[in-house]
Amino acid sequence: MKSSALFQNRRMPGFLFYAMLVGCSPHSDPEYTDILRAELEGAEPGDIIEIPVGTFNFKRSLVLSADNVTIRGAGMDKSILSFKDQMVGAEGLLVHANHFLIENLAIEDAVGDALKINDGEHITVRGVRTEWTNGPDTKNGAYGIYPVQTSNVLLEGNVAIAASDAGIYVGQSRQVVIRNNRVEKNVAGIEVENTIGADVYNNIAINNTGGILVFNMPDISHDGYATRVFDNQVHNNNIENFALPGSAVSGIPSGSGIVVNSTDQVEIFSNRISNNNTANIIISSYFSANYAGQREVSREFDPYPEDIMIYGNFFEGGGSAPGVEYLAQLRDALFGKEGSFPDIIWDGIVSPEREVNYSVICVDNEGAEVLSIDAGNGFANAGIDMSKHRCDIVKLSAIELARR
Amino acid sequence: MKILTALWLVLISGCGDLGISHFEEKSYPDKLSDWGLITHSNHRLILHPEAVVYELNTPLFSDYSQKLRTIYIPEGGVIAYRAEESFGFPVGSVISKTFFYPKDANGAVLVKSSWSGNPQDINTQRYKLIETRLLVKQEKGWDALPYIWSGEDAYLSETGALKILYLPSGDRINYLVPSKNQCASCHATHYTEARILPIGIKFRHLNRADPVYGINQIKYWRDRGMLKGERMYQAANLEPTAQDFSLDHQARSYLDINCGHCHNPNGSADTSALLLDYSDQYTPRQIGVCKPPIAAGQGSGGFLYSIVPGKADESILSYRLHSVEPAVMMPEIGRSLVHREGVALVDRWINSLSGKCL
Repeated sequence: MKSSALFQNRRMPGFLFYAMLVGCSPHSDPEYTDILRAELEGAEPGDIIEIPVGTFNFKRSLVLSADNVTIRGAGMDKSILSFKDQMVGAEGLLVHANHFLIENLAIEDAVGDALKINDGEHITVRGVRTEWTNGPDTKNGAYGIYPVQTSNVLLEGNVAIAASDAGIYVGQSRQVVIRNNRVEKNVAGIEVENTIGADVYNNIAINNTGGILVFNMPDISHDGYATRVFDNQVHNNNIENFALPGSAVSGIPSGSGIVVNSTDQVEIFSNRISNNNTANIIISSYFSANYAGQREVSREFDPYPEDIMIYGNFFEGGGSAPGVEYLAQLRDALFGKEGSFPDIIWDGIVSPEREVNYSVICVDNEGAEVLSIDAGNGFANAGIDMSKHRCDIVKLSAIELARR
Repeated sequence: MKILTALWLVLISGCGDLGISHFEEKSYPDKLSDWGLITHSNHRLILHPEAVVYELNTPLFSDYSQKLRTIYIPEGGVIAYRAEESFGFPVGSVISKTFFYPKDANGAVLVKSSWSGNPQDINTQRYKLIETRLLVKQEKGWDALPYIWSGEDAYLSETGALKILYLPSGDRINYLVPSKNQCASCHATHYTEARILPIGIKFRHLNRADPVYGINQIKYWRDRGMLKGERMYQAANLEPTAQDFSLDHQARSYLDINCGHCHNPNGSADTSALLLDYSDQYTPRQIGVCKPPIAAGQGSGGFLYSIVPGKADESILSYRLHSVEPAVMMPEIGRSLVHREGVALVDRWINSLSGKCL
């Protein structure tokens, strides 16, 4: 452990810089914010940077780019990096490094993303809280914990609150485990986007607009597939959508429990999912995501969700107050104003290249039904036909993270 | 003490006789003057005679600061020409960029300048020096070092700084001297490899007259024996004011230098799938036409596409260039003012495009 790299005589220029920074007086202590910044800038592989108890206010983003560095606080309610006075930089902490571990601290009120990890292997984020302390607001930063183009990623025991897009957002990554986190009051609680191989389990997603999302978006170098969502608690994700119009999650209806969009091979099992007022589970194609530009999909992009498996979940309530007008009208027409959607709704849009009897969604879940809203035909044949969903798919295997 | 030894060598031998000092990675000097590259005395900047001043066709916008750029290669070294990429430099090379503003009698900085481009015309009674950034070529690659001016010298600051400058109107510039890692966030143009590279030292940016002698820079470097293997067939990128080239070429040149270091197929912003480095291989959608954002957050401004043909005021690209909010603006760092002339060019270009987003 080192209290400060600065006084260990490892890098003299840094030391000299401090002397200048604090006005050349040997008696004045540098601010801790400057010490931390210097530790990050001068970090070398193997460094462990300890963040003491306290709230530290930053005007500029922090940036780390050395591999094999640990940043460790004294607890997610004890060591707080606050960006409420931020003037410069698009994120709170930006990391571009491999073998990175961050744990036991909070990042509050970043102007943009709280913790962005862009491009790295072997990433662990544990016991970190990202929060916008004013609560849900369109002006809040987009993402709380945001690894993108990463692989071998473990996100566990974190808390993400009030992101204007997603509390935990894993984009364009491979081999990801997201477990034991708590996400609340975000537009999307947890979002897995264009990611190959993710296990999302033992998380609590409550009071978001949408609880857990598995999405693919076009134009990106690879489509995601193979995600397991299990043993999660997904309840009451009914808050109003406060994302900026045009953003990917702005089309998520308030009241969405688990949403799969345009992604293949998603297994949803053993979750407790309740009282999500649009539906406890929504399966949709790209054409129902309410994105802009959705008619101009490149040929390489697969807009249809396929090989979706839903089994052994516990459902309660939900579907009684759809969060978008066209779904509310459909609920009224099909089930009456006092009625509810079944636990699973599906846009019913399938690839025209598939044979008619191809099973998109396989369901083996006592009491749970799938409503196809037949969105591709103006809802003409909306209805429930569980015979289409009696099927079986080879189950996905667990993600095993490589760690050295 | 390597630093003191180097300093002592400079002192006893005189800067002109000795090359610019070379320092190893762990012993970069605290003072800029210790390099022997740029010194300041009697209100003048003095360059080492072996440092060659250069200029770019289209510069990166940095809050209207003026920039003095120099390259230095060690005795006997040669720059390797590359058609599209950054030129290759020998170990010991130093590229510098000094940022400064004209100032008024009250010390306020001015965004308009009549500086000739010649370093001899920088009188620091009339110009305020802010920072000098060095790119230093080591065996392992380039290192980026920010030095901040204070009095007669500039001092190494790995952590950068936020400097508040005032305009005559009283408005502020929140001027960011980038930290070492922030230097890398732009200069690691291949983000996964994380190698720092010069951004402006490419043929398309350099093919123009130099600011001191008025000679084509590529020719001048070749004639001095500094550059080998060059070809002279390519079009140059352009100054935004050049009237005799197409609007498309001007706008793409501007986006190239201001955005392309991140928005390229290997850059840090490849996550957005928006590619703004200058290539004629890209589809309209790849450069933003009718392309929805991926993870733009506040940056979308509620708009649906990066570029809506004919409608700059509905285009995310334009919205982000017009913004000075940290979570919205592009580039993400390096400016706190709007570059009116550059944004006007981009808006004219977007407004000139035809087509409709479905």
